[in-house]
Amino acid sequence: MGKTLAEKIWHEHIVRSADGEPDVIFIDLHLIHEVTSPQAFDGLRLAGRKVRRADLTIATEDHNTPTIDIDKPIADPVSRLQIETLRNNCKEFGIRLHSLGDVEQGIVHVVGPQLGLTQPGMTIVCGDSHTSTHGAFGALAFGIGTSEVEHVLATQTLPLARPKTMAINVEGTLKPGVSSKDIILAIIAKIGTGGGQGYVIEYRGSAIRALSMESRMTICNMSIEAGARAGVIAPDETTFEYIKGKPHAPKDWDAALAYWKSLHTDSDAKFDVEVNLNADELAPFVTWGTNPGQGLPLSANVPNPAEISDPAERNAAERALTYMDLTAGTPLKAIKIDTVFLGSCTNGRIEDLRAAASVVNGKKISPSLRMLVVPGSARVRLQAEAEGLDKIFLAAGAEWRNAGCSMCLGMNPDQLAPGERSASTSNRNFEGRQGKGGRTHLVSPLVAAATALRGTLSSPADL
Amino acid sequence: MDKFTTHTGTGVPLRRSNVDTDQIIPAVYLKRVTRSGFEDGLFSAWRSDPEFVLNKAEYKAGTILVAGADFGTGSSREHAVWALQNYGFKAVLSSRFADIFRGNSMKAGLLTVILTESEIEAIWAAIEADATVQITVDLENRQVRYGSTTLSFAIDDYTRWRLIEGLDDIGLTLKHVDAISAFEKARPAYKPVTLNS
Repeated sequence: MGKTLAEKIWHEHIVRSADGEPDVIFIDLHLIHEVTSPQAFDGLRLAGRKVRRADLTIATEDHNTPTIDIDKPIADPVSRLQIETLRNNCKEFGIRLHSLGDVEQGIVHVVGPQLGLTQPGMTIVCGDSHTSTHGAFGALAFGIGTSEVEHVLATQTLPLARPKTMAINVEGTLKPGVSSKDIILAIIAKIGTGGGQGYVIEYRGSAIRALSMESRMTICNMSIEAGARAGVIAPDETTFEYIKGKPHAPKDWDAALAYWKSLHTDSDAKFDVEVNLNADELAPFVTWGTNPGQGLPLSANVPNPAEISDPAERNAAERALTYMDLTAGTPLKAIKIDTVFLGSCTNGRIEDLRAAASVVNGKKISPSLRMLVVPGSARVRLQAEAEGLDKIFLAAGAEWRNAGCSMCLGMNPDQLAPGERSASTSNRNFEGRQGKGGRTHLVSPLVAAATALRGTLSSPADL
Repeated sequence: MDKFTTHTGTGVPLRRSNVDTDQIIPAVYLKRVTRSGFEDGLFSAWRSDPEFVLNKAEYKAGTILVAGADFGTGSSREHAVWALQNYGFKAVLSSRFADIFRGNSMKAGLLTVILTESEIEAIWAAIEADATVQITVDLENRQVRYGSTTLSFAIDDYTRWRLIEGLDDIGLTLKHVDAISAFEKARPAYKPVTLNS
């Protein structure tokens, strides 16, 4: 029997396999940031261990960094210490670091692909659950905890149990105004936040093949919100074109390309589970609750928990509506928004900014809200400025910020106030995620932009 | 890592599903560079509610968290495991754990035990009726016992052995350093490197 794409990559990275033990898997690229690495470096020092492959490791500052006044010292002393700790650790262990203010700085999952370090067939890890983003290139990429960060630093490998495989087939053509964010939100609503647990998801079908690299990254990024540690998409001409010319594109292009072209699921391979989705039927999707599975088409109403049969789900929906201060039956489009956040490793790339700018171009955002535009990396910011997108956002009344994770997780000063409600292009609508007491609706960049203009959850079709 | 063989203590019922790691410990607590002292951040938003289970006197001494399905979803932050441990939890019981959280817990020595939904419901009922019910989590025999009830749980032999012996995972892998070196020698030259040589 043939192999799936994920199985091929796994198989090619087995350093050691023994009965009754996890496989020892070689890691091709280890991405590091300030939040989940300090304790790992401490562990190395305590045990007197070295970093085995600094040449397969790269660090950036993103989670904790401010998006304004980046030329000044970081105001919060605890944040500053964490950033300084990363700088000291990278210096001590010889790891390449892109610091705040560096032109290559940015969100770790935006930086890897734009440098060309993310390539098909690789194993990629990072102490961050959205490492799944890199699966869009046909790489096996997943988030790890700090103990595993230390393990990879010391050994360049991880002992891992073999995951099961799931295919999600998305056939058909997206309607105008519907984007890859809507595909993944619809998938999560369908299979649930635990639906992908234990699986690597392979996204397949004509609707996936038609997507740009950046749109594919949005889908793989949120695999973790469906419970899957990793999501993959078979590399194709779109992938190869994207990598070509990037700083770390292979010098021996032909050899790399020949290998990359072998990276697809064999026709006789079997997935453990298959799920089907029709792209023709998809509409702009938004979340109403406090987990990413609690989503509906924008044209729907806030659901009534009494109509949910599963008691645990009903209970969760009741709690969510209380937290979100929503009443069952309210049209989603009637929900007023205080803050629009455009950015994050899900939707902070140049295409996302272009899509949103095309909607707000020449218009003003609603005076009842603020809009934060946070490019995913310093390079994305520069590119956007070269295209004049910054001027479009600023003229519309939005704030144009520097790169970082920002309000996606509210670790830096970019936070929601208690009770404040956001339409956010990020990936998590958890209670308090964007600031204590903050309420989050996950949306696509197009919906974020239309919402900014109207003040209530909206799609460009409503304008 | 401390060895884990058997633990007996009282349970804390957390009747919620989809408890994500942002709830277990919010991002603002992740700025620290230490591995301890995270107990103040544990469920910090929920603990501001006096009715929250951890604020109830009868559950203060609990060491076994009994949670709803899909515990530990979201962010990969191992701080969530540390916060639970720093607070005093030795084990978490649930019908389903998020992959990364479960991996982190087993690395750090917090035992995560998967039981069925009805078994979790029964434990909730028992510890809500009497918070002093002693629960034993027996890793050697793969059992959870309380009152007259004995439940079996599954855990792979390797993880069980590593936890019981309290072994350093990195040390175990480094025993195979020759295999790693051999693998590295055979890697294709077109794979990218981050440093210019």
